[in-house]
Amino acid sequence: MTRSSITIVGASLAGLRAAESLRRQEFDGPITLIGDEPHAPYDRPPLSKQFLAGDWDEEKLALTKPEKLADHDLTFRLGTRATAFDLATRRLSLDDGDSLEVDGLLIATGARCRTLPGTEDMEGVFVLRGLDDSLAIRAALDAGPSRVVVVGAGFIGAEVAATARERGLDVTLVEALPQPLGRVLGDEMGAVCADVHREHGVDLRVGVGVDAIEGDDRVERVRLSDGSVIDADAVVVGIGVIPNTEWLEGSGLEIDNGIVCDATCLAAPGVTAAGDVARWPNHRFDEFMRVEHWDNAVEQGGHAAKRLLQSDDEAEPFMPVPWFWSDQYDRKIQLAGRIRPDDDMQIVTGSVEERRFAALYGRAGKFVGVLGFNRPRHVMQYKTLIQQGVSYDEALAAEI
Amino acid sequence: MKIVVDFDLCESNAICMQIAPDLFEVRDDDFLYVLNEEPGEDRREALEECVQRCPKQAITIAE
Repeated sequence: MTRSSITIVGASLAGLRAAESLRRQEFDGPITLIGDEPHAPYDRPPLSKQFLAGDWDEEKLALTKPEKLADHDLTFRLGTRATAFDLATRRLSLDDGDSLEVDGLLIATGARCRTLPGTEDMEGVFVLRGLDDSLAIRAALDAGPSRVVVVGAGFIGAEVAATARERGLDVTLVEALPQPLGRVLGDEMGAVCADVHREHGVDLRVGVGVDAIEGDDRVERVRLSDGSVIDADAVVVGIGVIPNTEWLEGSGLEIDNGIVCDATCLAAPGVTAAGDVARWPNHRFDEFMRVEHWDNAVEQGGHAAKRLLQSDDEAEPFMPVPWFWSDQYDRKIQLAGRIRPDDDMQIVTGSVEERRFAALYGRAGKFVGVLGFNRPRHVMQYKTLIQQGVSYDEALAAEI
Repeated sequence: MKIVVDFDLCESNAICMQIAPDLFEVRDDDFLYVLNEEPGEDRREALEECVQRCPKQAITIAE
C-alpha cells in the first residue's frame, strides 16, 4: 500500500513512536504531527515521580533527543488542536483555521483528566496529565503546604502521594473504593499497597468519597462523605481519564469509549488509532480493550503506523499482553496481562510480608496475568508464557 | 553496533530481556546485565525495539 503522506493527530508517545516506526519501515513521504501542547514530545511517567520530586529537569523528559528527531524529517505543528475530521472528504480541520486533506491518518489524541465539578478554577486544586500540570503541582509542593490531599488512589494518585511523602510533606490519600489500586489489582493486592502507603506515613482513607472541596478562591479544606473534614493547601485529583474523541463527532468514525477499531487498529480505510484513545478487540483475551498504559502507546503506535502501509490482506491483529509498571517509594509494581477480581491467584515466588513477590492469575484454566512487587525478571518471563498461551497449571509449574 | 545502557536511568523493568533474552538479563539481584554488548546486524531490529520500549529510555545503540 503506497501512501502519499501520513498525518498523525497527537504528538505524544503513541504519535511520535508511530512516526518513528514509519521511518524505520522506510516510508519516505511527508509525515505531519499535530499536537495541542506547545511542548516537543515528552515522557509522562516521570511527571508523577522524578520530575515532580524536583530531581529531573524538562530536558530529561524529551521522548527523543532533538538531534535524533531532526534525522526523521517530521513536520510538527505544535500548539495546534485538531477540531474536526470528515471521513468522506478526508479533510482535517485545525484550530488555527487551517484545514488539510489527509491520505493516511493516525489518531493518537490520548485522554484528559476527569475533574471534580466546580473545582476547575479553584486555586490549589490540580490534576496531573501534562508537563504544565506537573510544574504547577511541583510549585505547590515547593511552597511547603501544611497538608496535601490526593483524591483517588489509582496509579497517578498513589504515585503523587508517594512523591509528596518522600518530599517530607503530610499527605492524606482518599479513595472511594475499599483499597487503593483496587480496580486494577483487586482488593487483596490493593491491601498490600495500602500497607505500603501507611508504613510510609500516608494518612490513607478508603471507602470514602469526597463531598466537597471548599474554599473561596483558594482551596482550604476537603469534606469527605463520612463527615470528616481535612484542612488542605493543595489538592491533587486523580480520578481517571476521558478519551479525547469529542472532535470526531460527526466524522464518520465510530466512537464508543474511544475510537472503535477493528482487530488490526483500523478505524476506517486509511485511518488508524493508537494509545489511550483507541479501542479494539484484543483476540488474545477475547475482549474489547482501551489501554491507558505507556507500553501500549509505544507498541500500538508502531502497529497502527504499519497498518497504514498494509493492504487488508497483509494486516495482522494487534494482540499484546498489556503491561504496566508503577514506582511507589522503593517498590516497583508491575502487572502483565488482564486480571479480574474473581480470578484465582497464587504467589509463586517471594512473599507478601517481604513485599517482594510474583503472583499468577488464572481463569478457567487459562493463565491470564502476573503481578510483581520488585520482581521484574519474573514478571517478564511469565509475560512471555502468557504470550505463548500456556495453561494456568503449566505456568504454576514453570521453573522461573 | 554496540549496546550502551545508561545504568543511572535503568530501573530493571526487564522489557529488553523479554524482547531480546540473548542480549539482556535481569538477574535475581534486580540488576540488568548486558549479555552481548556487540551483537550482529541480525539483532538490530530487536535491539531497536528494546530502545523504543524501554520505559526509562536507558538503551542506545552506538554504531
